[in-house]
Amino acid sequence: MELFYIFIGAVFVNNFVLVRFLGICPFMGVSKQTETALGMGLATTFVMVVSAALTWLLQWFVLEPFGLPFLQTPVFILSIASMVQLVEMFLNKTSPGLHRALGIYLPLITTNCAVLGFSLIAVQGAYSFIQSIIFGLGAGVGFTLALMLLAGIREEMQFADVPEPLKGIGIAFVIAGLLSLAFSGFSGLV
Amino acid sequence: MGGLMKEFFKGLWNDNPTFRLQIGLCPVLAVTSSALNGLGMGLATTFVLICSSVLISLLKNVIPSKVRIPCYIIVIATFSTIVDLVMHAFLPDLHRVLGIFIPLIVVNCILMGRAEAFASKNSVVSSALDGLGMGLGFTWALTLIGAIREILGSGSIFNHKFVADTAATFGFFSLPPGAFVTVGILIAGMNIISARLRKAS
Repeated sequence: MELFYIFIGAVFVNNFVLVRFLGICPFMGVSKQTETALGMGLATTFVMVVSAALTWLLQWFVLEPFGLPFLQTPVFILSIASMVQLVEMFLNKTSPGLHRALGIYLPLITTNCAVLGFSLIAVQGAYSFIQSIIFGLGAGVGFTLALMLLAGIREEMQFADVPEPLKGIGIAFVIAGLLSLAFSGFSGLV
Repeated sequence: MGGLMKEFFKGLWNDNPTFRLQIGLCPVLAVTSSALNGLGMGLATTFVLICSSVLISLLKNVIPSKVRIPCYIIVIATFSTIVDLVMHAFLPDLHRVLGIFIPLIVVNCILMGRAEAFASKNSVVSSALDGLGMGLGFTWALTLIGAIREILGSGSIFNHKFVADTAATFGFFSLPPGAFVTVGILIAGMNIISARLRKAS
């Protein structure tokens, strides 16, 4: 039951994008089409789950026992970066179409602060191994959900009469604000 | 001399990371609930930006191009860890408010972007000026957004309250949705001003 709470908390109550403000760059960058948004979301979810396991092991079996928690940031970011490289090679072999569609954003998962931010939050929360992985899954699903919602609305917005200065990124921010307002309705749920 | 000045000033307006390039947006939204927090975050990022630009520019002939990205990450992570530890020791209150966004400077796209696009190709002096300009451009954007949200959301500026304690304020602007809307409208405002400037020249 506790795992379920962690999952729901990460998806809705403390949505990584709309409430915690992590991963805003891909949120604004790849939310023009639902198809690429879904691909980006799934890739990020996968990276988050694997990095949840990886950083948990690193933190509690390497950094803590050797008294090196101050090296957390460089160690985490390097291991996440090399893992993303692996995912990229894997996608390139198995699904070249998706790889082309995600283009520049796949290497950018490394600098997606949602992934590193999630690892730091998970360590601060002192979650167990299983809890960490569920938390990572929830964070990824929440990211995908927010990305898909914004992409869906932005696709519809192409036919709307938006004032000239607000066109593009400006109106996307206002929409994200409204989405965030909707998500704040979930607070207190868990 | 004119060329060096250009490297400095471009970050302040024409290539402003927040309003023009739209990179490094997470802290822009997350820590700008007050002007002081925005200023602190901006200055912390500026420090990391200048130091990493200088070091990467110095090392540009040493770093093999195939492993340049991990090398940049190490350099940037080192400086953001320094900022994290120093802030924790000397500015514990600010450190608590900014929270994980200080270690997250390492994944701020501005740093990687400047390292890859500028510092790895240019001299030490122009890289330092580029870092300073970009950092200050980021800082004024954060401080402005923080000030607007603080004035509207809690009726104060730099923690000096100027309305009565009982006065109603737009609490919306202190909350996450207010951050998105403020940034969206400011970007629209910047577009209007830039269009006017273009027409005038």
